[in-house]
Amino acid sequence: MTAAADILLDVRNLKRYFPIRGGLLQRQVATVQAVDDVSFVVRKGETLGIVGESGCGKSTTARLLMHLLKLDSGTITFDGQAVDAPGGMSVRELRRNLQMVFQDSYSSLNPRCTIESTIAYGPSVHGVPPAEARRRARDILGKVGLEPDLFVQRYPHELSGGQRQRINIARALALEPRLIVLDEPVSALDKSVEAQVLNLLVDLKTDLALTYIFISHDLNVVQYLSDRVLVMYLGKVVEIGPVEAIYRQPQHPYTRALLSAMPSMDPDRRVDQPPLTGDPPNPINPPPGCRFHTRCAHAEACCALSEPPLYNNVATTDHHTACHMLIPGSGHSAAPGTATPPSPAKREHAR
Amino acid sequence: MTATAVSSPSRGAQATRSDPLVSVEDLQVRFISHETTISAVNGVNFTLAPGEVLCILGESGSGKSVTLRALMRLLPPRRSQLSGRILIGGLDVMGLSRAELTDLRGSKVAMIFQEPMTAFDPVFTIGNQIMETVIQHDGLSRSDARKRALELLDMVQISSPARRLDNYPHEMSGGMRQRAMIALALSCRPSLLLADEPTTALDATVQIQILQLLRRLQRELGMAVLFVTHDVGVAVEISDRIAVMYAGRFVETGPVRAIIREPQHPYTQGLLASTVLGGMRGRRLEAIPGTPVNLLDLPPGCTFAPRCKHAEAICTKAVPAEVWLSPTRMARCVRVGPAPV
Repeated sequence: MTAAADILLDVRNLKRYFPIRGGLLQRQVATVQAVDDVSFVVRKGETLGIVGESGCGKSTTARLLMHLLKLDSGTITFDGQAVDAPGGMSVRELRRNLQMVFQDSYSSLNPRCTIESTIAYGPSVHGVPPAEARRRARDILGKVGLEPDLFVQRYPHELSGGQRQRINIARALALEPRLIVLDEPVSALDKSVEAQVLNLLVDLKTDLALTYIFISHDLNVVQYLSDRVLVMYLGKVVEIGPVEAIYRQPQHPYTRALLSAMPSMDPDRRVDQPPLTGDPPNPINPPPGCRFHTRCAHAEACCALSEPPLYNNVATTDHHTACHMLIPGSGHSAAPGTATPPSPAKREHAR
Repeated sequence: MTATAVSSPSRGAQATRSDPLVSVEDLQVRFISHETTISAVNGVNFTLAPGEVLCILGESGSGKSVTLRALMRLLPPRRSQLSGRILIGGLDVMGLSRAELTDLRGSKVAMIFQEPMTAFDPVFTIGNQIMETVIQHDGLSRSDARKRALELLDMVQISSPARRLDNYPHEMSGGMRQRAMIALALSCRPSLLLADEPTTALDATVQIQILQLLRRLQRELGMAVLFVTHDVGVAVEISDRIAVMYAGRFVETGPVRAIIREPQHPYTQGLLASTVLGGMRGRRLEAIPGTPVNLLDLPPGCTFAPRCKHAEAICTKAVPAEVWLSPTRMARCVRVGPAPV
């Protein structure tokens, strides 16, 4: 297992439910279990990719990390210091170390602020003298590939989508954070511009020794950038592991479905059979037991009864999957009978 | 389809099949306002055979959706200026009156959109909206129309269709709404389906289901499909032919395999090289430099020249002509030579 000193961010049992109110008295009629008992670590210098379909809780997780949303329960530890806890790190201090880039590059910039004041705002709030903050802003603009003299006095509406996303990255970098949460940063960009921004992210990571959490629904982009991948489904982590293992030998039926739903890019090897039928279920009152059992081809009685915990069934220590088929003695007919290491038969699911 | 289909008179090189369903010549669309003129489509030529799937691949602002809307004359008449020739099944779409257009839309040509929530009327049930269309175009009675609507929902694989007929659009999930949208579009058995990024707003596992459904229905009903997308992967899944669009022109067209394996135009090459794929980890992406062209102020000559690594002086002189490499393969680039005959 990883030594504690290597861990930058340790998230334990993160939970956030949103109440849905209705009726005459605005009583709570239902809950969206947006993020339900999510735990993971981010190691220093790595990129953790988070994938999943809409409504799986990946963006809520990002917002909880930043404390943009209040946690219902759970703990976040940044570099050994508990966040927002007695004797730990304050939220303000956390945000100096942890910054975020959002998908919509336009709505995340203040339309009335020039680029310079947008980037210099964060540092000046954190006590950097105004002149120094402005100098730093120009510096960072150069780092994200925009000519400072041309851009400092411009406004967001004067820029293209790719340029605006560079500004958002520059603003995130202005506080010299150690970890950046990238929430679908290239999804709204055209393919030709997407490649430019991805190259920039790779360069910045090496130059500034950054750690990334990269959230996307584009599996190709996640594979390109990430060292480890976390797969979410309806507010739960279903699989987490090294990028090669996840893409080559996905263990969870949902991960396998997600991967085989990717367009093949080869006209002679088109996808013949959709891997799943139907839409993802509503995150309001999700199914009991394993949340994927309603769409899973291998579902059995035990899947609806109890929720599978994350379980390490393969030789590498940091690949964990939450599926009854892999857990010995879970009651699923495909589960290994005894508590021995998994048999090679598991590998048959590999793509 | 009417029996008066005429073949396109020009473009002998394209006339591989004798009677194209759609033939478009020199289509131009401008959006006019007080201060500005936006040249959205700048001379598009193509033909589409019955039962063929042509995919228009391009980035935002390339004019792909505008081309699609122009085919159905859906653009706001006072603010847009259309020129060129559009023949659909022998009908000159440019010359049709409003009543004739109403007749054409929905019956011979149908369209599906990216966001089905905004394409459906939120205050009527799905069944109602499908019935309205078949009553209008096919003159069915209400009870027959309901039967037809039920068959259609069944055809697009909506589970428990009888119950779903009485659903309002907001009661359905995104994938189901898109299926209902397809049912509505196919209700009068159109010979041409226009699809404007119908899977872009959907999740990956749902997107592939909708693509499969469209492919199956296209084969079974023998319709021609004009499919617009920005996603190369989607284009490869669905199309027979691909047309790559940049700044209002088709810069390259050809069969899907040829476009993916041997792209000729520098823009197509750049687009394919900058698309992130599985095995590219650790390699640097070959991005196309610069940003897409400003349609308010088109550069002279080849519109891709400012971003092209092969650009020479000649590129900025005149718009490159269509060079036909083979009867099915076209590229608009000075570096591409004509077919050796």
